[in-house]
Amino acid sequence: MKAVCWHGAEDVRVETVPDPTILNPRDAILKVTSTTICGSDLHIYDGFIPTMKPGDIMGHEFMGEIVDVGPEVKHLKKGDRTVVSSIIGCGHCWHCNQQQWSLCDNSNPNSWMQEKILGHGTAGIFGYSHAFGGYAGSFAEYIRIPFADYTATAVPKDIPDEKLLPVSDAFPTGYMGADLCHIQPGDIVAVWGCGPVGQFAMLSAYLLGAERVIGIDRFPERLQLARNFAKAETLNYEEVDVLEALKEMTGGRGPDACIDAVGMEAHGQGPEGLYDKAKQAIRLETDRPHVLRQMILACRKGGTLSIMGVYGGFIDKMPMGAAMNKALTFRMGQMFGPKYIPKLVEHVVNGDVDPSVVLSHRLPLTETKQAFEMFKHKKDQCIKVLLKPD
Amino acid sequence: MSQNIKVEKTVTIDKPAAELYSFWRRLENLPRFTRHLQDVTVSSDSRSHWVTRGPLGGTVEWDAEIIDDRPNELIAWKSVPGADVDNAGSVQFKPAPGNRGTEVKVVTTYNPPGGAIGDMLAKLFGESPKQQIGDDLARFKMLMEAGEIATNDGQPSGHSHSKD
Ligand SMILES: NC(=O)c1ccc[n+]([C@@H]2O[C@H](COP(=O)([O-])OP(=O)(O)OC[C@H]3O[C@@H](n4cnc5c(N)ncnc54)[C@H](O)[C@@H]3O)[C@@H](O)[C@H]2O)c1
Ligand SMILES: [Zn+2]
Ligand SMILES: [Zn+2]
Repeated sequence: MKAVCWHGAEDVRVETVPDPTILNPRDAILKVTSTTICGSDLHIYDGFIPTMKPGDIMGHEFMGEIVDVGPEVKHLKKGDRTVVSSIIGCGHCWHCNQQQWSLCDNSNPNSWMQEKILGHGTAGIFGYSHAFGGYAGSFAEYIRIPFADYTATAVPKDIPDEKLLPVSDAFPTGYMGADLCHIQPGDIVAVWGCGPVGQFAMLSAYLLGAERVIGIDRFPERLQLARNFAKAETLNYEEVDVLEALKEMTGGRGPDACIDAVGMEAHGQGPEGLYDKAKQAIRLETDRPHVLRQMILACRKGGTLSIMGVYGGFIDKMPMGAAMNKALTFRMGQMFGPKYIPKLVEHVVNGDVDPSVVLSHRLPLTETKQAFEMFKHKKDQCIKVLLKPD
Repeated sequence: MSQNIKVEKTVTIDKPAAELYSFWRRLENLPRFTRHLQDVTVSSDSRSHWVTRGPLGGTVEWDAEIIDDRPNELIAWKSVPGADVDNAGSVQFKPAPGNRGTEVKVVTTYNPPGGAIGDMLAKLFGESPKQQIGDDLARFKMLMEAGEIATNDGQPSGHSHSKD
């Protein structure tokens, strides 16, 4: 089959590789009908995710049709159309039972690698480095789905891929970002990053009862989508002083909750931006924490920071004093896929939300390299690219 | 000079102690989740024969006997005199607090012999016997909780892919 393999920073190639087969009794094989590039793939593309190996098939946000199932798959069958969680959960460990699917104890064959870096192993993720299980990803014609009964969710056939695809990863991530804020009546939620994850975080904050939502970015088309799709107020951080503006918009209190939908490659300004960029380039600091620093200063005293943007390693110059003395709550994590996916599918089926609005481009899988370049540099007003394997 | 090497490792498994104990007590099950054991044959209630996989297709073998057996709590075993490698081990099952399942603790000790077998064992257990036992325990947990051991052996990848 055709698959897109990672070979190093900014080096992805379309190759012919063997088709996947059932390796374990709870596996299914899925024919990928649509897949898409996530901000997390950009961190891999840019070479910031350790334990990638040349030849690894990338991709973790996808859907398709089941073409084969192992003997222990109970709920899904050949021909089912499914949306697949980017995070793999076994469905039976204590964490899966607590709905903390990305903390699954049993889905990562390489959890020992993580124990060394993180202290404990976490769940496997499709196409997301060997520390996260080394699973082949979805930028391919076919993919093996471990623990298919939990990882994949059957969806109706009469709704187009475009509307359901973001329910695989971006939508539940944004939704969890809002859920972690524990939104109370009257709460104002600020969201850094108006990419797909940020868009869904803003929309979800309203679904979960926020009074007002403010989106922060610098790309006009993304800010516009935040206003139109998520009904958010927006701030362009290149035009205003974000801290000042947020205070003015919130009666001096600051947002009750702040969501990071940017992550480790945040764009920084001024001397602080140069400092982190230089340190990250020579790997003295693995992650650039501009957004985190800003959120800590912006957040209302006693408020909540919800971190969905991905961090991989270490950060410098965290204003811990501000966080501590303002009694902030930090919540974060890789998203808990199956906890949210059925509910979000329902929102799509009911017509409450049309997630396809974040898909700005559609390309064949063979043009993944061009898609990455466009998405990385936000060229041609690119927000998210749908890739078609056939 | 040979010196006893002792390794211990604990993992919490979300299953009742009785279920875990019964699985482990059927010693023939051990090769299903340990990387280095190739085969265990049980000859009587307390006697068994263990075969480990060595490098280059070689094996190291010994007879072992159960020296302590407390249903649902503990199993302890020891190689009988004359074994290639003097070794002993135990597994303990203790209920974890607040419905978190069972804390499973494995302790193994072995006395590395010199010569060829000693070299082979060093290779077998690698630089970190603790890592090995930890890995085996993680696989035991996967098998008990999830019913299978997660793997990516045999999946497709592109050119110039080096094996794990
Ligand atoms: N936790 C999870 O499970 C999970 C799942 C999916 C994605 N993610 C992460 O979410 C993040 C966003 O993903 P995406 O697909 O929306 O990516 P994206 O690249 O489309 O969006 C990131 C946005 O952040 C903006 N940005 C950069 N610097 C900023 C700054 N200083 N202030 C405000 N905005 C800034 C960019 O302009 C861009 O619009 C990534 O870090 C990704 O890895 C996490
Ligand atoms: Zn993602
Ligand atoms: Zn699990």
